[in-house]
Amino acid sequence: MSVLANIISLTVIFAVPLLLVALGGMYSEHSGVINLALEGIMVIGALCGCFLLRSFDISGFGPSHPQLAMLLAIVVAAVSGMVFSLLLAFAAINLKADQTIGGTALNIFAPAFAIVITWAVQGQGQTTIQIPTWIRITQETFGMEKTDGFFATMFFKYQYLTTPIAVVLFIAAWLLMYKTRFGLRLRACGEHPQAADSVGINVYRMRYAGVVISGFLAGIGGLAYVIAVGSGFSSSVGGYGFLALAVMIFGNWKPFNILGSAFIFALFKVIAAYNSSIPFLPKFEGLKDQSSLYQMLPYIVTMIVLVFTSKNSKAPKAEGIPYDKGSR
Amino acid sequence: MKKDNQMLVGIISSVISIAVGLIFGFILLLILNPAKAGLGMSTMLSTAFSNMDQFGKMLYQAAPLMMCGLSVGFAFKTGLFNIGASGQYTIGAFFALVGAIGLKLPWWACLILSCVGGAIWGIFPGLFKALFNVNEVITSIMFNWIGMFLVNLLLANMPFMLSAYYGVGTTDRTAALSDANPSAIIPRGGLDRIFGNSSWINISIFIAVAVAIIMWFVLFKTIFGYELMACGFNKEASRYAGINANRNIVLSMIIAGALSGLGGGIYYLAGTIQYVLEKSILGMGFDGIPVALLANSHPVGTIFSALFISYIKVGGSAMQPNFSSETINIIISVIIYLAAFALLTKLIIAKFLQSAGAKNEKKEVKA
Repeated sequence: MSVLANIISLTVIFAVPLLLVALGGMYSEHSGVINLALEGIMVIGALCGCFLLRSFDISGFGPSHPQLAMLLAIVVAAVSGMVFSLLLAFAAINLKADQTIGGTALNIFAPAFAIVITWAVQGQGQTTIQIPTWIRITQETFGMEKTDGFFATMFFKYQYLTTPIAVVLFIAAWLLMYKTRFGLRLRACGEHPQAADSVGINVYRMRYAGVVISGFLAGIGGLAYVIAVGSGFSSSVGGYGFLALAVMIFGNWKPFNILGSAFIFALFKVIAAYNSSIPFLPKFEGLKDQSSLYQMLPYIVTMIVLVFTSKNSKAPKAEGIPYDKGSR
Repeated sequence: MKKDNQMLVGIISSVISIAVGLIFGFILLLILNPAKAGLGMSTMLSTAFSNMDQFGKMLYQAAPLMMCGLSVGFAFKTGLFNIGASGQYTIGAFFALVGAIGLKLPWWACLILSCVGGAIWGIFPGLFKALFNVNEVITSIMFNWIGMFLVNLLLANMPFMLSAYYGVGTTDRTAALSDANPSAIIPRGGLDRIFGNSSWINISIFIAVAVAIIMWFVLFKTIFGYELMACGFNKEASRYAGINANRNIVLSMIIAGALSGLGGGIYYLAGTIQYVLEKSILGMGFDGIPVALLANSHPVGTIFSALFISYIKVGGSAMQPNFSSETINIIISVIIYLAAFALLTKLIIAKFLQSAGAKNEKKEVKA
């Protein structure tokens, strides 16, 4: 039973970054901008968040106020993600650049920048920022006694502040997208920007909003990923930004579908990462390096899923096309 | 006349991108460590020409970069973004090494195998795009990871491929070619004597340049190349003109894959470097993107842009330990970022050239 509780808990913690980043991609694409830079934004968010946690750890503020420190780190990750995403927004919206290439540039920039900065701060060759252990939500956080049962494992073994925040942001995303005027306008800009413009919506501003919100979410998602993996931040988020894009496509650009697909992907990720300690997985006798086999799984599943969903996927119609007021 | 002008505008915009990238890099160095910034920058820019060994290293690294750049550029010309050069490169290297170490084939046969391997990996993004309408960017990225893990898995289960089989202690890399099969090492063609016994140099740079010229011929001088580029300009229009767009997408990706695969082959068959079982994707394929963008996807331009990227990379690794060699990637990313709005810069340059030309004409009239 405890294995099951572990798997459920780990799946949740791995689903959180996927969910947040895929929601970010959703905002951006509904506004009409393909955000290939999600991976890079995650790296920047994680970098800034981790540095803040590290400084809190050194100053002693963190151990005494763990959850407040964590909240501040999340805010910093979000803001840094927003700032970094402005680079994409500027290129894609003002300069009408090729969005895929602009995103690729940011994806190459972010990890290189993270390594250079980490070197500069921690000294030569120190490429990993350690994550302090006090950020975890335990029973002691609520003043409860420490127990070892099924639910204790599920709720208090691997959970962090990022999980409840993700729940809030998910509900907010659904409300914003479908229950507000802003959401309707945002979607209009991704479907038919000319029509949106003709009724007085500022397409450029809406697209900026879409990209910056995606930066906000991807920044938090970057920090959430580093925490989920738990071995410190070494300038990479392991292709999670791209997986999140696949989650978004599989989720058909809709919040609830994205939630579901984030969990499916997270489950495969957990199987890949912990295959040796999960008892009921098939063991291939005589095959060396089985973990590589399991690590391929999430990507292969992505491809199979995309084959079946892409034909009738409902991508925003105007995504990837720079909006030009003159070409109405 | 007009075509010449276009070429000139392209070259000028690339040079501006490079200049801005380098200035940005210098500012970054100044912020990080003002005392050593000047030294770092001069190391970066001068190392490749400081001695024949480093110069040989630059040429050696430029060859696979050129192949990856050609691969990305070729796909660009057909309207596809091949971000999967890295995976194709990895599979190409794997095929070449199996040919060399496992099958004991001579070097040229191994290079053909590497093309085959890369082409197989290129089929997937093409087929998925043509048949199922899956965006090739996502497919390529997924197949980068699948390719890397697959090669790790296969190599781990092929003990005769690993260096441990030849009595060397490590199991995390393939056997040295000098132990396993010296005939698979790409010949040096006497170049090592010219280059002061540089361990890097071999004829791979000539192979890469020859392939670049062949690609130029295919794209610009054959009907096949014309059809591919027509597809890239406007898929619907080319379909209307009777060109089979789906077939061209798949073919273009196969060729792009073969080019990247050959890059992997020539890099690992030099005999100086062994394939290490990695946990992260090889960067060479990604470096093909700036190479292609700087060259405007023109095959002959790729020769020069690959030499440039290789040049600053060689300088970058000499900057350690004062600065991380990743500084180079920051410079490259700035160059790509500028290339993303190349259209805008080109428009401005073209206008500038036009007005300069008009002024000259006026002067002539006055005189």
